[in-house]
Amino acid sequence: MLSIKYYFNTVLSEIMEVEDLKNLKPIIELVGLSKTYQSKDNTVKALENINLTIYEGEIFGIIGLSGAGKSTLVRCINLLERPTEGAVLFDGANLASMEKKELLKARQSMGMIFQQFNLLMQRTALDNICFPLEIAGVSKKEAKQRAEELLEVVGLSDKANAYPSQLSGGQKQRIAIARALATRPKVLLCDEATSALDPTTTRSILSLLKEINQKLGITIVVITHEMKVIEEICNRVAIIDKSQIAEVGEMEEVFVKPKSKIAKQLIFSKDTHIDSFVGEHKCRIIFDGRTSFEPVIANMVLECKTPVNILFADTKDIDGKAFGQMVIQLPDDELSRKRIYAYLNSNQIIYEEVKDDVE
Amino acid sequence: MWNETVIKMIGIGILETLYMTFLSSFIAYLIGLPLGVLLVTTDQDGIAPRPLLNKVVGVIVNLIRSVPFIILLITVMPITRFIVGTTIGSNAVVVPLILASAPYIARLVESSLKEVDQGVIEAAQSMGANTKQIIFKVLLPEAKPSLVIGSAIAITTILGYSAMSGFVGGGGLGDIAIRYGYYRGETQIALVTVILMVLIVQAIQELGDRWMRRTDKRLN
Ligand SMILES: Nc1ncnc2c1ncn2[C@@H]1O[C@H](COP(=O)(O)OP(=O)(O)OP(=O)(O)O)[C@@H](O)[C@H]1O
Ligand SMILES: [Mg+2]
Repeated sequence: MLSIKYYFNTVLSEIMEVEDLKNLKPIIELVGLSKTYQSKDNTVKALENINLTIYEGEIFGIIGLSGAGKSTLVRCINLLERPTEGAVLFDGANLASMEKKELLKARQSMGMIFQQFNLLMQRTALDNICFPLEIAGVSKKEAKQRAEELLEVVGLSDKANAYPSQLSGGQKQRIAIARALATRPKVLLCDEATSALDPTTTRSILSLLKEINQKLGITIVVITHEMKVIEEICNRVAIIDKSQIAEVGEMEEVFVKPKSKIAKQLIFSKDTHIDSFVGEHKCRIIFDGRTSFEPVIANMVLECKTPVNILFADTKDIDGKAFGQMVIQLPDDELSRKRIYAYLNSNQIIYEEVKDDVE
Repeated sequence: MWNETVIKMIGIGILETLYMTFLSSFIAYLIGLPLGVLLVTTDQDGIAPRPLLNKVVGVIVNLIRSVPFIILLITVMPITRFIVGTTIGSNAVVVPLILASAPYIARLVESSLKEVDQGVIEAAQSMGANTKQIIFKVLLPEAKPSLVIGSAIAITTILGYSAMSGFVGGGGLGDIAIRYGYYRGETQIALVTVILMVLIVQAIQELGDRWMRRTDKRLN
């Protein structure tokens, strides 16, 4: 009896500790959320019974293939799209049952950025950032001051008077982020915010988002179809497939041990394929029993960060010692080859370069 | 033939034409612009859908637009007399001009506003903007270059309509062209008035283009 109680208490305290650690206060809760689009001759179920809790301060990723319902899902979070069923709780209040006025007010606590930036083309960068403040009824002077502050945050103070048409994609998205932050929202919703950007710009925007999350404590919801975006910034991730949530969990957990079929598909189909091997260079590795049977090749590949191709192998494990030989094809690029030789040398593995065909 | 009276007459004709055109354009915009905004916002996919209202306004606009101007000019004479007190002269022509061009302007404005990127409207909505704010802070300012071009088109069209008013003694260059060219066969005077109208149309179009180019921040 005592031990059960003791066990219960420790479990409880463990939960509490985790709670403390992660500050588990829900900020967005989706409860039994469904969205059906009805037209004359067909109905599309875009979302089906979605249950999700997003906690304050985290960066939450939602990933899925095209048409899975990602955009519909974020648009339901700020009720740009009215769910057909279910509740959307923001900071404990149900948005779906709010009066229009209340809802508009609540939206000021939720910034949003988009794939196509959606800046006002006839306004300068500075005036774009002032825009949500004008809507919120902030005075012109105060709005301008706040906008200048935010330009600083996104590192574009020198572009205050530029029009969107004079900015690059990455700069436009920075202005859009500044604009979304103007009203000091609690949450920032990002719908494919980096999908129109090149990899370098994507990385810089993602690190800006991370910085905003850490410095300002703003909860960020990231919608994407790219695994690398999730990998780069998300704490937790939900995988959405065919209008339903297939899997939710800590980002690393989902990455290492994906459970659902769609998760595996998304994670393992990453660009891990190697361009077809064209290396002329081959090398014979000899195992004479002096090396223990450790995974030599695997370690080498990991350490040298370069792939090799095993052409021939005949090895035996005798009493934990490796005997035999293996012929591997090396990459064409000289630097990689040198790295491999250096690795083999430093590990005292006997090898020889092979000139002719392997017998 | 080219005596002082004729030249003076043509001078007055120019002024009358400009007077009719700009007065009717101005008042027609006071009616057509809000109607255009209403057509866009109350649309099924608009920011404040009112399908029934949208349909009713749409049908009325189409109805008036489908009546040829010359017929409108004659059928509204009783109304004109009621408002202006007479059915001849430039002031009398302004009434049918407004009636004919307001629905046309409504459609022009509608098509300009529909060019505004849906994403930008969505962004404004995500910030909690209400319908009025979206109209005045997003739709109209973002569509401004297109509205400017539209206004040049509207004004030149109204100028063309005003020329027809010659048939009811409405004054202006059109009146002169019809009286001298059509009834008296003095083709030279008719030709001069036509050339003058072409020049005015060109000038308005050019001004509209320049203004648009100066106002559109997407271009520089
Ligand atoms: N307004 C609409 N009317 C009808 N069907 C819609 C509407 N919006 C979305 N849908 C449908 O809902 C489904 C989900 O769309 P959604 O835009 O949420 O997908 P997504 O995951 O964001 O895709 P993508 O990665 O291509 O942006 C799709 O089948 C789409 O055709
Ligand atoms: Mg989408």
